[in-house]
Parts: sequence; C-alpha cells; structure tokens
Amino acid sequence: MIPTIKTFCRLLILALALTPLATAPAAAQEGAGAAKEMPRASTGGAQTLEDILARQRGQKIDDEFRREAVGDPESAAAIAAQLGTLGGASDSEVFRALRYGSADVTVSAKGAAAGVIIQDSGMWWLELRQGPLLEWGGWLLVAMIAVVAIYLVIRGPIRIEGEKTGRTILRFTAIERFSHWLLAGSFILLGLTGLITLFGRVALIPVFGKDFFSGIALASKWIHNNVAWAFIAALVMVFVCWVVHNVPNRADLVWLAKGGGLFSKHVHPPARKFNAGQKIIFWIVIILGISISASGLSLLFPFEMPMFAKTFEILNALGLPQLVGMGELQTTMTPHEEMQYAQLWHTIVAFVFMAIIIAHIYLGSIGMEGAFESMESGEVDMQWAKEHHSLWYEEVVAQEQADASRESPATPAE
Amino acid sequence: MKTMLIAFLAMAAIAVGADILLDFIGYSTQAMTSGPAVRGG
Repeated sequence: MIPTIKTFCRLLILALALTPLATAPAAAQEGAGAAKEMPRASTGGAQTLEDILARQRGQKIDDEFRREAVGDPESAAAIAAQLGTLGGASDSEVFRALRYGSADVTVSAKGAAAGVIIQDSGMWWLELRQGPLLEWGGWLLVAMIAVVAIYLVIRGPIRIEGEKTGRTILRFTAIERFSHWLLAGSFILLGLTGLITLFGRVALIPVFGKDFFSGIALASKWIHNNVAWAFIAALVMVFVCWVVHNVPNRADLVWLAKGGGLFSKHVHPPARKFNAGQKIIFWIVIILGISISASGLSLLFPFEMPMFAKTFEILNALGLPQLVGMGELQTTMTPHEEMQYAQLWHTIVAFVFMAIIIAHIYLGSIGMEGAFESMESGEVDMQWAKEHHSLWYEEVVAQEQADASRESPATPAE
Repeated sequence: MKTMLIAFLAMAAIAVGADILLDFIGYSTQAMTSGPAVRGG
C-alpha cells in the first residue's frame, strides 16, 4: 500500500512539474492572438512576425501603419525647451519617410529622380529581370525556332508549282525595298544587341570573361541607343508605304479559312498585294513597333518620359485589369519604378516581336521559293504572282494592258 | 541587293548622325543611360 501511495505522489509531482510546459504553447498562441488584435500602429511602425512571414511568402501586407508612422514635426518641443533640438521624428521615422517617399527632400541635382533617396521598389524588378524574364523570353525564341524547324521538315519549302514563265513583274518599288531593309537591318541589330545586354551576364561573361564583355557591352549599348533612330524612321516609312495595302478585306477571310495554303499543297487562296498573313504581320509590326519605340525612348531619356502610371490609370478606368481577374494597377510610381516598368515592357515586347519575326524571316527566305527575290530585286516571276497573289496579279496585268492601250491607241477608221 | 546595301549604309549613317547630333545639343545617350563608372565622372 505504501509503495502505491508513494508512486501516486511521484506521478502527481511529475504531472504538476510538467503542467507549465504543456500549457506554454497554448498560452503563447493566446498571446499571439492578443498581439494580432492589437492596433498595429501601437508597435510604433515596427513590423510584426506575421508581417515578416507574410512578406517572405511573397504576400502583400498592409503597411499603412508603417507608411504613416513618420513622426510629427509639429509636436516637437520648442527649440528653447528641453530636448528642443531633437525635432518631432525619430531616426527610424525619418528613414521610413524617406523610404515611402513622404520626406521633404531638397537636393541640388535636377530632376524628380534625384529626390528619391531610398528606392525599395527595385527588388521585384531585379528578380524578374534576372529570372523569369530571361528564362521565358529565351524559351520563347527557342520554341519558335523549333516550330519553324518542324514546319520545314513536315511541309518543306513552298515551291512554285506551275512552270516559271521567265517573265517578271514589279512587286516592290525601290523605296518600298529600302524601307523594308532599313527596318529589317535595324531590327536585327537591335535584337542582337538587346540579347547581349540581357543575357551577357549569364551567357557571355562565363565564356569571354568580364574584361572582354565590357567592350562588347559598351559597343552593344552604343549600337542599341543609336540604331533605334533608324528603326523608328523605317517604321514610319513602312507604315506610309504599305498601310493602304493592308486594310482588311473579304479575300482575307477566304485566305484565313484555307490556312493560306501554308499547311496543304496545291492550295492557293486568292490574295491582293498582301495576303491576310502578311497583313497580320504588318499590323503586329506597326503596333509592337510603336510600343517598343515608346518604351525605348523612355529608357533613352531616363526619367524624362514617364508613361506607365498614366497608362495604368487609363487601363483601370477601362476596367481591363479587372476583366482578367487582376486588381487595380498601381497609378502612383516613383521615377525609378517608371523606368523599371519601361525596361520590363520593352523586353517583353521585344521577345514577342523577335519570335514573330523569326517566322517572317523563314517564310521570306528559305520557306518560300521566290519570296526573297521580291524584296531583293523587287521583281517576281509571273507564275509566282499568279499562285500567291492572284488578285494583285490580275490588277497589275489589267493596269499594264490599260497603260499599253493608252500609249498606242487604235487607229480610227477613215 | 543594291537597295538592301544602301539601306544598311543609311542605317549606319542615321546611327552616327543621331549620336553626333545629340552630343552637339549636349545630350549623350551613352552617358545618360550609364552608371557613374561609365560616365567617367
């Protein structure tokens, strides 16, 4: 009996001793709950563990309590009073105001960007630029090259099916060809130098070393900055030359319905000077060209041409972000954020642009017999014209006949 | 082919011309779009 009581007493003492340990987590949880319910501003602007964890998870946190905890100069002690020289804001409050852009900053350098002392909105941009932007963009180009290669293997080059006549007609005038090649040449140079700038750190430095790459990078930047003007000029010229021929018409629907004859042999849907596929390329080039030029100019003249906050405001007003399930887009930005958005947009558009142009280059060179000649000499074989642009061919022939009859009118009967 | 070569020459001329013109009006894109190390003080 005595040993049993003894054992019971020992167990009781052990249980009592363990009680605080067992109840500690519950108490801690209650404490955390209480802290959660505390007004956040009561931390004096300090972050809670919840905030830090949420930020690490990449979640958005409501940082208003920090943004607004920047002290109050009005409540500072008078200069002659005790502690009167300390002002109404602590060091952390001043730094917070600098970080959130609400500090009254005066700088001798000109421009709004100079007044931004702490720029904490760049990390997401840097991570995007160094990670997904490179990967997705690079894979997009690789995928497009693969698609073109598969198409070449399966379909093969599109040959002239009938017998060549040996007689040619003028397809593109000298000014049209000049505009095209000015645009093409500048686009290729801009694309290559842009890729060098973007992929240099990960792809070229490991191979060539930093010293050699610095020369390549500087040259690339000079070319990219200055050849951009040739691209913009060519874009205007191409638009003026070809806009009339790229207005959609009914024949385009037929062409599209038959896949342009691209996926089946012996199919040649009628087309005027440009078929529906070429028209799509034309409008893509014009729209993406304008967009990439605008963001490029914004990068070329840093902080002088902010455009994204305004664009986002318009998009919000139109309700487009909400349509695709996004919240309202940011409409107040620091000058640096404007530059970051310009860089990202410029690069995204460039990748899409390059991917599309890879397909265009293929079809305009090895992908279609006779296509390159049309832009090289401007002349195409009549059979080629009949097969690929029958409506245009008929127009040209009718025009030639009309011109010929005007030049040598029939002798009137006497 | 001749038109293509002329276009490429024009592209080079526009690029060099733009650089000289911007320098002439006191704006260097190379300096403005570079960090302090490249600007050379």
